Amino acid sequence: MNLFEYQGKRLYQDFSIPTPKSIFVSSTSEISDNHGLTYPVVVKAQVQVGGRGKAGGIKVAKDFDELTKFSGEILGMDIKGHIVESLLLEEASNILEEYYISFTLDRSAKSYLMMLSAKGGMDIEEVAEKNPDDLIMLHISPSKGLDSETIIKSIEDAKLNESYKSELRDVISNLYKLFVEGDCDLVEVNPLAITDNGVSALDSKVSLDMNAIYRHENFKDFENEIPIPVSEQFAKEKNLNFIKLEGSVGIIGNGAGLVMSTLDVVSEHGGMAANFLDIGGGAKAETVTAALEVLESEDNVKSVLINIFGGITRCDLVANGIVEATKGKELKWPIIVRLDGTNSKEGLSILEQNTNEKITISSSMDEAAKLAVEGAI
Amino acid sequence: MSIFIDNKTKVVVQGLTGEQGKFHALRNRDYGTKVVAGTRPGKGGESVEGIPIFNTVEEAVEATGANTAMTFVPPPFAKDAVIEAAYAGCDLIVCITEGIPAKDEAEMYDLLKEKTSSRLLGPNCPGLISPGKSNVGIMPHEITMEGNVGVVSRSGTLTYQAVLELTNLNIGQSTCIGIGGDPVPGTSFIDVLDAFQNDSQTEAIVMIGEIGGSAEEEAAEFIKKNVTKPVVSYIAGLTAPPGKKMGHAGAIVSGNKGTASAKIEALTDAGANVVENPTRIGQAIMDVV
Repeated sequence: MNLFEYQGKRLYQDFSIPTPKSIFVSSTSEISDNHGLTYPVVVKAQVQVGGRGKAGGIKVAKDFDELTKFSGEILGMDIKGHIVESLLLEEASNILEEYYISFTLDRSAKSYLMMLSAKGGMDIEEVAEKNPDDLIMLHISPSKGLDSETIIKSIEDAKLNESYKSELRDVISNLYKLFVEGDCDLVEVNPLAITDNGVSALDSKVSLDMNAIYRHENFKDFENEIPIPVSEQFAKEKNLNFIKLEGSVGIIGNGAGLVMSTLDVVSEHGGMAANFLDIGGGAKAETVTAALEVLESEDNVKSVLINIFGGITRCDLVANGIVEATKGKELKWPIIVRLDGTNSKEGLSILEQNTNEKITISSSMDEAAKLAVEGAI
Repeated sequence: MSIFIDNKTKVVVQGLTGEQGKFHALRNRDYGTKVVAGTRPGKGGESVEGIPIFNTVEEAVEATGANTAMTFVPPPFAKDAVIEAAYAGCDLIVCITEGIPAKDEAEMYDLLKEKTSSRLLGPNCPGLISPGKSNVGIMPHEITMEGNVGVVSRSGTLTYQAVLELTNLNIGQSTCIGIGGDPVPGTSFIDVLDAFQNDSQTEAIVMIGEIGGSAEEEAAEFIKKNVTKPVVSYIAGLTAPPGKKMGHAGAIVSGNKGTASAKIEALTDAGANVVENPTRIGQAIMDVV
């Protein structure tokens, strides 16, 4: 889950990573003259999209009048389809140097990766491409971690300002600590700046590993602050992995691979999927019922394809869910069901005992997709 | 021969007393897998349908000679369970558990590699089956048949789809393996391809990938250099909406890799026959064996 800048900076504060003094607001009425910040103050749109500065989402206010004026202008602004709903008001920094640093997991090396560069503040992807020597890439063993000596050597290798060596070492060490102990998929600071007040993280890009939500109380709070599309809200409440798409064939399947593949096969038969919906592994009857409810509220759905291959998921439970959701109901669209794998015989016999004229059972994925595409016309 | 598991495989189930663990362990046993023990701290001395429960894997290994662990332990305890099984000397650890934090996965992978000689399959994987010999995991054995095609996949349910396509055409399998789709899989495509290439029973290979990451591109490079057996491949997600990139760091690390077309191109270039629909996998194998 990607965090907003202000959320990332809250985590920075928790891990003693210096950031400029700031306040967070979601309306101009929250801004009073005694905010405690020293001018100039930077008004920063909180949106999860790059290029907000160029789009007019960042402005520097020299006094209270400008602060309220700019805040009013930026709130509600549409930046590449993202509506600005909140702002970070931050004391401006006098920047002497700008660096880039990030921690992430390098999947192919199966270890952590730190990237560090003296050329921060600009497009770092371009630096990586054109001047790869300016970007230090250091792999870190997950079981051994990152020690002080290694950090110092990286600071030297990246040619960062040596007079700030010990301060930078502490900040880098704390960023790594946040990455590991905070269960982040990504911690990226661009720029990590040398300012009049020392080292400071001027921006934050943090992504959380939601599998670790059980050991972090604040993950839930962050999650609640991030708006989700209305179409995905209900599915989220039901713990379903749902993504709205443009087509007309509603898709329900188990396992991301199989669902993606169902999209492919539907497309091959000339149809287009209305959504991606993965009920996950080990789904119970109520999961399937909820999945059908989600599709019911989608106007673009004209037919539904339920493609289940049981492994840890049991087809009899899926069948019970389908029956539960459709029994005695006048269905809006035809449903094509394909069940294979664990307890499929039991599942199919449950469906056969509870016939519904809108439900068709198909014996193969290919045929089921074809029928669903025809049903959507 | 088959790879990783055969008639000699003896399984200890971590989390045998849970609903999922019990259901699938008994299914595995019914298939003929030697499920010799289960573990559950505090429940040592009890038994589940005749399978003895031990407090630790070490005790289970000592008493029963178990050489393979199958893990159904919930995410918060999975890392410790896998490490425990490795230190107890299990050659293979099949971790079915879904939802383990990436940091735990990276740490346990690293530790197993540095300190033990155990192979980890998964986490978040369906396990593996060598038809006619042994089934360790959650794969529905009804759709498999013994034969000469090795199947490897990142996706669970899509593996079943591929296996069914083969079996429907009367093409049997040597071993079917799901490596799991998590960030740090213990066993990679390359490990499995290497084992299939060296397995006398396996004559052809089906490899199923999906969008995201660069595992398929790395596998393609390996196939080009080391695999002489015919490979049929399918990549799921050709029509899926593009995913969100993880900051600039993610873009720098993955470069152009990750899209279905990049993967298809790499595999085709490596000599694999890449089919555009999973229902064509059977026919494509028929054409090469």
